[in-house]
Amino acid sequence: MPQTKEKTTAKIMDGFTKEICLEWYQQMMMMRRFEEKAGQMYGQQKIRGFCHLYIGQEAVVAGMMTAIKKGDKVITAYRDHAHAIAMGITPREVMAELYGKSTGCSKGKGGSMHMFSKEHGFFGGHGIVGAQIPMGAGIAFAEKYKGTDNIAICFMGDGAVRQGALHETFTMAMLWELPVIFVCENNKYGMGTAVERTTNVPYLYKIASAYDMPAAQVDGMDCLAVHNAFAEAADRARNEKIPTFLEINTYRYKGHSMSDPAKYRSKEEVEEFRHRDPIDAIANIIKQKDFATEEELTKIEDDIKLVVEDSVKFAEESPYPDASEIYKDIYTQADYPYLMD
Amino acid sequence: MSERIIAFRDALKEAISEEMRLDENIFIMGEEVAEYNGAYKVSQGMLDEFGAKRVIDTPIAELGFAGIGVGAAMNGLRPIIEFMTFNFALLAIDQVVNSAAKVHQMSGGQFTCPIVFRGPSGSAGQLGAQHSQMFENWYANVPGLKVISPSNPYDAKGLLKAAIRDNDPIVFMESEVMYGDKGNVPEGEYIIEIGKAEIKKEGTDVTIVSFNKLMKVALQAADELAKEGISAEVIDLRTIRPLDFPCIVNSIKKTNRLVIVEESWPFGSISSEITYQVQKHAFDYLDAPIKRVTGKDVPMGYAPTLVDAYLPTVQDTINAVKSAMYVA
Repeated sequence: MPQTKEKTTAKIMDGFTKEICLEWYQQMMMMRRFEEKAGQMYGQQKIRGFCHLYIGQEAVVAGMMTAIKKGDKVITAYRDHAHAIAMGITPREVMAELYGKSTGCSKGKGGSMHMFSKEHGFFGGHGIVGAQIPMGAGIAFAEKYKGTDNIAICFMGDGAVRQGALHETFTMAMLWELPVIFVCENNKYGMGTAVERTTNVPYLYKIASAYDMPAAQVDGMDCLAVHNAFAEAADRARNEKIPTFLEINTYRYKGHSMSDPAKYRSKEEVEEFRHRDPIDAIANIIKQKDFATEEELTKIEDDIKLVVEDSVKFAEESPYPDASEIYKDIYTQADYPYLMD
Repeated sequence: MSERIIAFRDALKEAISEEMRLDENIFIMGEEVAEYNGAYKVSQGMLDEFGAKRVIDTPIAELGFAGIGVGAAMNGLRPIIEFMTFNFALLAIDQVVNSAAKVHQMSGGQFTCPIVFRGPSGSAGQLGAQHSQMFENWYANVPGLKVISPSNPYDAKGLLKAAIRDNDPIVFMESEVMYGDKGNVPEGEYIIEIGKAEIKKEGTDVTIVSFNKLMKVALQAADELAKEGISAEVIDLRTIRPLDFPCIVNSIKKTNRLVIVEESWPFGSISSEITYQVQKHAFDYLDAPIKRVTGKDVPMGYAPTLVDAYLPTVQDTINAVKSAMYVA
């Protein structure tokens, strides 16, 4: 019977190469600068609708990316820009999607919450809290059915853990031994409601024990800890067909969405997490280990700024979808007789 | 094709089994579909033929297994999700409406969701309020879905095969009280096109439109009316979305009168939309206001008297027709 682990502790740095550390740095800096720009463009009303930024949570996706392999599938909720970019969608296509332009990864039909890439195995961007949990299990179901050794990684926020969909899905994922990792990005607040105000079991990973699902609590401000947790869970999913539930403790520096001033939490709390910033942490390790100089890191950052600027230029210059697109991509049937009046 | 009389449930079973033999990516999942051989025996024998990989019992977790079906469909499989009744599928409606119906559009056409949600809809005797609701109009409201509601074994087989082969998400609605109905289902392969109504009986004085189990009421009313010299044309919608409005409009151009018979509650029902479309496209052809016979505007009660008072009857239909014809 699988045992629930109380805590995953970060393994020592040995074994992690310059290449991986620089990849984390590059990935996280890309997410950070992209999201900062997205926030800025939202302020200028270039980006509309709901927009949820990933700033502060970068180590979760960065740590995952070095622990999974090509062919693995990812699905998440609506805080999805970073997942999309990490999985291989270009910053241009993500920014254009935020702008609602036809060159966006979802042709301007999805927006902030609905990034998709079939080519890169990114199953979206979903807007109903917890709905992506059974879908993630279904993606894993299909991989097992087809006999591949790919796995599915299914992200959710701490709010989603309260949804019945999670409990139904955990039951079937264990019963059917699906190759899936369920990942709760616990950023402490479901919108404005603190986790402790939603449950008498604030250690979310413990919920998995009701299903005999292996689980771990992970420091989400530490790429290495995240990587190790994902590596172990991926191995279990791929080779033993056993799901894992990872509660990754992270923090969003910004509000829930662009309209949220986040008055439900203290400045001290935000500062506490900023002191543990995952990008600063990995930059320090890189410098300590002489993987790169300060100048080389600055060069990486400058290059990323150029990529982000280019993504904005691309989005600005791209056209909106033609109004005729409204009746496209609803059905695969080309001549579906829509009611026009 | 030679005549062969089989039950509605066996027509459905043949449709599913024939398609599963053709395509390894099709599987059926739901409560009691495998070892119990189906709550209504639609999947009788399928576990033996196809094995536990493709005929899958689920826990009672409609939202969960509907969502697993959607995820599997997005990732290359072709699931058939059986709901024991669509009354239970309310627990899963988020996945049907927000995921299955919308993911093709939200992803800019990248992902498809070739899935069939099927099971019985509507009332089935004295089952009380929570097991007796029709849902065709709920799902037919949703762009991205196709909704099918057959009335006989022949149509059930041909339409279910079409549904399974379709690359769009389908809601396929049956009836507990029709599974034992017998009808001609010829040997051999046939497909019925989705979106086409059928004129079951030609007539000249009034058009009666219905679907699913109330087709029996419509046809019986037409027979009774014929004895009184009233010639009713009876249309079986078969598909609810897309609905074959041209078939209805063409019939009204001949009969100039319309009566719609359906089991659902009246507000925002299929008859509501048909009435709008007909006044829009055949206003000048109508010689009388459109009449409808629906379930009463209340939850269905348990007592037999309350069931009878709730459901549309042959006499209700005859009365509606006579009203539309201004005869007493």
